[in-house]
Amino acid sequence: MALDRWIGLILLGIFAAYGYAAWFTMDGSLAPFMQRNPIWPSTFPKVLSVMGIIVALIIVLGLEKSDKPREENPSVIVYRQLKEFKLGQAGLLLGLMVAYALLLRPAGFILATVGFLVIGSAILGERRWIIMLIVAGLATGIVWYLVQVVLGIFLRPLPAFMGL
Amino acid sequence: MLEGILIGLQTAFSIQNLLMVIGGCLIGTFIGMLPGLGPMSIIAIMIPVAISLGDPSAALILLAGVYYGAIFGGSTSSILLNAPGVAGTVATSFDGYPMARDGKAGKALTIAAIASFCGGSIGAILLMIFAPMLSSVALLFHSAEYFALMVVGLSAIAAFAGTGQVAKAILMTLLGLIMATVGEGALFNMPRFTMGLMDLQSGFAFITLAMAMFALPEALYLVMDPARSKSGQSGDIKDLRITRAEAKSIAPVIGRQSLQGFFIGVLPGAGATIASFLGYAVERNIAPEKEKQEFGKGSIKGLAAPETANNAACTGSFVPLLTLGIPGSGTTAILLGALIALNVTPGPRLMVDDPQIFWAVIISMYIGNLVLLILNLPLIPYIAKILAVPRNFLIPFILFFTLMGAYIGQNNATELLLLVGFGICATILRFADYPLAPLLIGFILGGMLEDNFSRSMQLYDGVSFIWERPMTLGLLIIAALLVILPSYRARRARARATGVADGD
Repeated sequence: MALDRWIGLILLGIFAAYGYAAWFTMDGSLAPFMQRNPIWPSTFPKVLSVMGIIVALIIVLGLEKSDKPREENPSVIVYRQLKEFKLGQAGLLLGLMVAYALLLRPAGFILATVGFLVIGSAILGERRWIIMLIVAGLATGIVWYLVQVVLGIFLRPLPAFMGL
Repeated sequence: MLEGILIGLQTAFSIQNLLMVIGGCLIGTFIGMLPGLGPMSIIAIMIPVAISLGDPSAALILLAGVYYGAIFGGSTSSILLNAPGVAGTVATSFDGYPMARDGKAGKALTIAAIASFCGGSIGAILLMIFAPMLSSVALLFHSAEYFALMVVGLSAIAAFAGTGQVAKAILMTLLGLIMATVGEGALFNMPRFTMGLMDLQSGFAFITLAMAMFALPEALYLVMDPARSKSGQSGDIKDLRITRAEAKSIAPVIGRQSLQGFFIGVLPGAGATIASFLGYAVERNIAPEKEKQEFGKGSIKGLAAPETANNAACTGSFVPLLTLGIPGSGTTAILLGALIALNVTPGPRLMVDDPQIFWAVIISMYIGNLVLLILNLPLIPYIAKILAVPRNFLIPFILFFTLMGAYIGQNNATELLLLVGFGICATILRFADYPLAPLLIGFILGGMLEDNFSRSMQLYDGVSFIWERPMTLGLLIIAALLVILPSYRARRARARATGVADGD
């Protein structure tokens, strides 16, 4: 089964779970006076879940075929080419983004950002450390100034244990 | 109308807003030139900045400037590198790149800039004429019609914007709609589908979703497929002038394509990409036999046509946004989200309630086009240097800006984890050829769609509004036809094709 139909199956599951919540569990907590209303909080989700399940089934069962083979479309990346892709780099960068999210508050903006930019370039194969540090430091300073001073949004610059 | 134009002039010519246009155009050109980054990503990245400006006219003017700049920058990289940064400028590279290879890069850029300028300006004039007309019709609409109109918009987007597979586009729209129901709605005052998580109480943040759907997958693609971000020396750009004869030959092309592009842009789901391809095809078909041979080998008409059409279509796509509050494309959907975040609801009341926003945006479109022509064009040889920035530095910065955008919007580190999670899902969905723009449009329209639906249900005490209001019924039938017809025609064509195969 092709990847798009697997995804259709996953989405079918999501719509089914959503529909279950909308049809069976949501209305239990509804206040009695609200039940007189022609529209309930669950009305719109009920409609959506039914439509979603029907459309997802159409995809999973392969009822609609593309009228042109996907290879003809240059903008689409055929997922069979996946092996040629640098998945490792992408995965490492995503991991780095997660680390940044977790470290932004405890480590402070400046440390986290300089680290992110330098390690990010390093993952992509850059080895000119001095230039990387200078570029990352400059960019971090400028962005911090813009966000903190110009836009007035608080960003803790230094690590948590250093006060601030 | 004259009064409105004067208000618009007054607002648009304030120093702050002039700086916004100029800055937006420059930033847009700058980033739009990078291959692989489209206007949607750029606007998504710019939204936190625009929102924190606090002034809706200034924010919309800035974002609109970024939008034109991005389209213009995209055509620059199409011409110089044959690497379109934006889908709407793919057709530009057909004739623009051969011209650049012949050493006529400067001329090609000038033609592109003039064509963009004319397309954008004529589009803005048409917008001035048509938007108020449509607005006054739209004022007659009730909740029921609005509901139906949004359904039409969503189905049109699903029918035209998909990659030939309507079911996938509809599924993505529905996914966007169910994501919009997460959190506490204004109408019912009770949390829905939050799974008990406090972080979901206010629903998903639109900026996070916009970043995750567009900016992050594009950046990840640049990482995974280095061939997409080919950077290189663009060579010398000189001789920006064009001759009188050349100007004469492209003038009718520009005239035709401005009109055609604008009206395609008005249709929901169509937009700059379709307009540019159609413009190219039409001009090739009606060109004299001798010139037809030149198309694809560096014809100036073949360059002017898509450039005019895509800019006119960009302007046209503002019509449904400003008059109905319904975005016709991913980019205008992001603009709509930004406006809602600034407490402005685009729609027919916009002209009445906030005329300064409405007219200032239209006036700033002229200014934006002018800025692109007189400021960006001479700077192009210098701006093009950014094409030589190594991707090892570029990509971490793009990722960093998506993170910053999501963080500034919500001031919450959990949002960053959501961003990464959605970004991974979006990348996988793109692998499997699921279009992402319908998801975001569904998400943005979801709240309004449900509000209007609920209001009509309450007014009519049930679903009877569907058949009691003829306009609603008519619109819903159009929506159904839009979805069913393409699949039906494809099915019949396939049945016929297999029939022929069986006969052999």
